[in-house]
Amino acid sequence: MQKSNVDIRSLQIGFGGLKVLENLNLHVEASEFLVLLGPSGCGKSTLLNAIAGLIDVKGGEIHIGGRDVTWAEPKDRGIAMVFQSYALYPRMSVRRNMSFGLKVAGTPREEIERRVGEAAQMLRLTSLLDRRPSELSGGQRQRVAIGRALVRHAGVYLFDEPLSNLDAQLRAELRVEIKRLHARLSATMIYVTHDQIEALTLADRIAVMQGGVIQQLDTPKKIYREPVNRFVASFVGSPAMNFIPGRIACDGETGFIAGANRLGLNGYAFRGLPTDARAVLGIRPEHIELTASDDPSAVSARVEMVEPMGADTLIWCRLADGTTFSFRDDADAKMREGDTLALRFPAQALSLFDETSGQRL
Amino acid sequence: MRLSLTSRFSAISALLPALLVMLVVYIGATSWTVWMSLTNSRMLPNNNFVGLRQYETLLGNDRWITSVHNIVIYGVLFVSFALLIGFLLAVAIDQRVRAEDTIRSIFLYPYSMSFVVTGLVWQWLLNPTLGIQHVLRSWGFENATFDWIVRPETAIYCLVIAGVWQASGLVMAIMLAGLRGVDEEIWKAARVDGLPKWRVYMSIIIPMMGASFATAAVLLSTGVVRLYDLSVSMTNGGPGIASEVPAKFVMDHLFERANIGLATAAATTMLITVIAVVAPYLYWRARKGEMR
Repeated sequence: MQKSNVDIRSLQIGFGGLKVLENLNLHVEASEFLVLLGPSGCGKSTLLNAIAGLIDVKGGEIHIGGRDVTWAEPKDRGIAMVFQSYALYPRMSVRRNMSFGLKVAGTPREEIERRVGEAAQMLRLTSLLDRRPSELSGGQRQRVAIGRALVRHAGVYLFDEPLSNLDAQLRAELRVEIKRLHARLSATMIYVTHDQIEALTLADRIAVMQGGVIQQLDTPKKIYREPVNRFVASFVGSPAMNFIPGRIACDGETGFIAGANRLGLNGYAFRGLPTDARAVLGIRPEHIELTASDDPSAVSARVEMVEPMGADTLIWCRLADGTTFSFRDDADAKMREGDTLALRFPAQALSLFDETSGQRL
Repeated sequence: MRLSLTSRFSAISALLPALLVMLVVYIGATSWTVWMSLTNSRMLPNNNFVGLRQYETLLGNDRWITSVHNIVIYGVLFVSFALLIGFLLAVAIDQRVRAEDTIRSIFLYPYSMSFVVTGLVWQWLLNPTLGIQHVLRSWGFENATFDWIVRPETAIYCLVIAGVWQASGLVMAIMLAGLRGVDEEIWKAARVDGLPKWRVYMSIIIPMMGASFATAAVLLSTGVVRLYDLSVSMTNGGPGIASEVPAKFVMDHLFERANIGLATAAATTMLITVIAVVAPYLYWRARKGEMR
């Protein structure tokens, strides 16, 4: 099975006067698992459909496996695709669903049987081959749809929100299955989702999109740890990152001033030279630490609400100036509403954003 | 919760008119018709029981045999062609054509016309000295011949043409609704699979549209059984008795030929035929419903 890379050069897509994507560049390595992540309407599905050849582009080029396929038919691009609604052919058996495309393309019978058998075995569909899609559960249907893609032996596999129609438990199961599949085939996969958990668990690299623009393209770890702007910071991570408005003060040791509190920023990797400016501080709930009340860098906060989440506890606090934030403690946290806590915000775990542009400082 | 006496009374009184209509008009009239077919009633109904003699007469009646023959030809051709043409029109419109709304209205328009008007229009169009043949000849095609309507062996096909022209628009509307119900992603999946369009329609879309085809076929079939006005207005059963149909046979014997016995025997025969066709289907449906 060949593994193709995908190269998108200054791609433009629009419908009528509406510009969906403008001058978009993206390179996907062979065997890479790339996730396009973003809220609905950000252009991620449009981009995937353009790679598949299902919508026409206005400008730019798409190369798959080194070949310019900008104007090629979907079937000639060396791609296979899995859809959100499964898009199985309803009146055909599972076997025929998987083999029909190959049959029409004139693939020899033994070859079709071999590929279908192989895909069915990989996806545990062997016992379901003679059933109709209506006799299958949602998870099984999506496995058939993945099987139909696999038998094409494509260079690139495209997934358009494949798990969005499934319930939470099946979603988690199938997620693992897709990850295992990628590990086994090491095929190039491009996966569209609005679910940041799917993105973080599956991806080699994530492209976070908003308004038709790739905001950040990086490894899941980098995206989670060092979001380049407030949009990425707030979109990725659950429970969400806390944002505390304030200002940066460079007199003496650089610090962040929020109300009566001053946080030391010693250890924060500024992108440029820090200047006195209004800024927003972002910190993930699990990075806030409890500390002794006589710690000079401690921030004192009052507990407003305690949410036990099973594996851990989410505690909502309020600062003296009214800003609320959450932090994560272990499952047997003993805080009660009304308690006053001393908390530490480690500088290396912080993210600072410019107040107006939202860019990382 | 138990219903109070007054609300039960109002429920019954609300259902009563429908119940009466059902009992008197449908069951009552049908039973009376069946009974009349067993009597020797002529102009006025009487109760002289004669057994199945009217049915014997009916089966020996040339005009009735021709009528039955015609309705079979008409039924098969009308339903098949209306389904075929209606489906093709729907597919054509489904290709995201311009001015879709206008075209759809034009295609559906014939259905808003009564069979009498349809029949008259097509009578003129098919008339060799006035219609299509005349036009073709005046254009210089001296030998053009289209005289089906005046030839006994082809007159019934003229009824088919007019019927299909009228009903195709309705079939198109039903089929178009069915086509629009097909998930957009199935089309995308088929494109990625590299299936040619005709192949997608034949192997994927048509099998999915069983319900649309069944609905259209049932509607068209009811039109076949009650076919009357088209025959009257287009050919009046002619030439001779070449385009007679059963419903016209019943009407003529009931009101013009003053033979209530024979007319009701013909009507009863039609009813039994319809039941014989529909009953197995209903049985199959019921079985299928149970199995689910």
